[in-house]
Amino acid sequence: MLYREAGQFKSTYGQDQQIFPILQDRVAMIALLLVAFVAVPIFGDQYWLSAIITPFLILSLAALGLNILTGYAGQLSLGTAAFMAVGAFMAYNAMLRIPHIPVLGAFAIGGLSAAAVGIVFGLPSLRIKGLYLAVATLACQFFVLWLINRVGWFSNHSSSGVITAQRMVILGYEFVSPASKYLLTLGVVTAMALAAKNLMRSETGRAFMAVRDMDVAAAVVGIPMMRTKLLAFAISSFYCGVAGALYAFCYLGTVEPEAFVLDLSFRVLFMIIIGGVGSILGSFLGAAFITLFPILLNFVSKGLESALGVEMNHAMVSNTEAIIFGGLIIFFLIVEPNGLARMWQIAKEKLRLWPFPH
Amino acid sequence: MYALVALGFVLIYKASGVFNFAQGSMVFFAALTFVSLLERGWNFWLALAVTLAVMVVLGMLTERIVLRPLINQPPITLLMATIGLTFVLEGLSQLVFGSQPHGLELGIADVPIEWLSEKWNISISQFDLFAALIAGLLVAVLAVLFQKTRIGRALRAVADDHQAALAVGIPLQHIWTIVWAVAGCVALVAGMMWGVRNGVQYALTFTALKALPVLILGGFESIAGAIVGGLIIGASEKLAEVYIGPMVGGGIESWFAYVVALLFLLVRPEGLFGEKHIDRV
Repeated sequence: MLYREAGQFKSTYGQDQQIFPILQDRVAMIALLLVAFVAVPIFGDQYWLSAIITPFLILSLAALGLNILTGYAGQLSLGTAAFMAVGAFMAYNAMLRIPHIPVLGAFAIGGLSAAAVGIVFGLPSLRIKGLYLAVATLACQFFVLWLINRVGWFSNHSSSGVITAQRMVILGYEFVSPASKYLLTLGVVTAMALAAKNLMRSETGRAFMAVRDMDVAAAVVGIPMMRTKLLAFAISSFYCGVAGALYAFCYLGTVEPEAFVLDLSFRVLFMIIIGGVGSILGSFLGAAFITLFPILLNFVSKGLESALGVEMNHAMVSNTEAIIFGGLIIFFLIVEPNGLARMWQIAKEKLRLWPFPH
Repeated sequence: MYALVALGFVLIYKASGVFNFAQGSMVFFAALTFVSLLERGWNFWLALAVTLAVMVVLGMLTERIVLRPLINQPPITLLMATIGLTFVLEGLSQLVFGSQPHGLELGIADVPIEWLSEKWNISISQFDLFAALIAGLLVAVLAVLFQKTRIGRALRAVADDHQAALAVGIPLQHIWTIVWAVAGCVALVAGMMWGVRNGVQYALTFTALKALPVLILGGFESIAGAIVGGLIIGASEKLAEVYIGPMVGGGIESWFAYVVALLFLLVRPEGLFGEKHIDRV
């Protein structure tokens, strides 16, 4: 009985098309945003803000980007980390070379360059799909990282390849403390998530889904295949690029190619599998799960250590983590192929009826 | 060499329509098991037999635990499941056998054959020749298995359509168990060959990623394609490193194969020997 929709009537088209048509959902969402914007920065401690919540938000954004491409438009990509790297390095270069550019402008340039790269590597998607496409994006992953490593222009000819990110200043306010970085990230992520949600409800989003479900059929009913697919690649890469810039500037504080290896691509892919393919909420749930789970596991292993009095070495812990991690992915796929987002939906359905069986 | 790894991929793809991302870690796992047994002073053949048994059991377990509950799921789900399997295998093998690199010696020296280099001035490593022989042998055996036997026919039926195969009475479980076990054996052979060349270490799993462009060149469904693709990729990669590499600053070996595959895809999306699919609405 937590959900009571009785008595909520929709009398205009506007009401019918709201993102959250039910009052409780709206209230919950506003409360959540309030907590995120006000309570978390005030009460959260430094470590949690800088090492857990900020990367969680950034990775959510990357997962969102991949979800647009894989979940909505049905194009499997393993090049997420490469797009993120493009975003990070181009944002760095924009700040370096264009005087007086605002930080958000630099992030946007990072995103746009990533989108351009995305379009180039999305071209093969016009002829191939599925696994073949995965390999094509894998090429992107290796090629982009090699290029960034090789061409000195990207890293401003720094000898070590690791560059410190510039200071971020907006309207004279400098973002240094974890809380302010968190708020910057949160602002960007919220705005972009809202944009993604609305985009997916629009004609473009429906075209993406038609292509995902069956591209031949979509082409037959008159959806321009080339434009739709490339647009999906561009938008997705833009999201990943911005996420990459945030990752470098707000989380790592350095810009380096090593942060964007293939492993990161896989992690983002796991986020959308576990969270739910083709769902905005799922991107966030998946990112939360993947960032929080290792911490939980670490906690448990520490507890076990003290309880049993055995010393566990680092390699053992990380290997066990990998096993449990892989096992969980398989488990999720078997139990609920549609991910956490679907579980949340089922839970909501149950709560509507509770405590009655029907 | 790449061909050997690619063979395992083709095998599973051909027989179950699943793209087995875990093949690389299976190679790693097999090689590591084998090496560790040898290092504990086991006899060569005994270690080989035990490792084979382990790989077969592994294949059976995979089928039982991972694949059976996922019958009739879209291929992408199955692919993700094998990625999960990759993590489990990598973690497991390093947990059990430790993560330091091992050397492996099969008793065949990696030196050029003398009379060849004297006579025609070509140097072919004795070991490479041996690896090529093994690969050829495996292909021959597998080709016979696929084309001539009952099991082979059943395998191809399963790959075409799970449900239809079940409907005409093909025991899907058994077939998959067999395929995964065979793929495990191929993984062992590949792992041994690579292990001799580069040592048995974590980097083996990356080698497996290199098998992807091989597959693309050769076509996912073709065993012969895997061999030809392996040769093309292996050769072009090395040649590119030598001739184009210095022009752009070297290090292109890491991505050249993928770009070759990518360009190839634009011209012929189904690979050299792949089957052409026609989409119907």
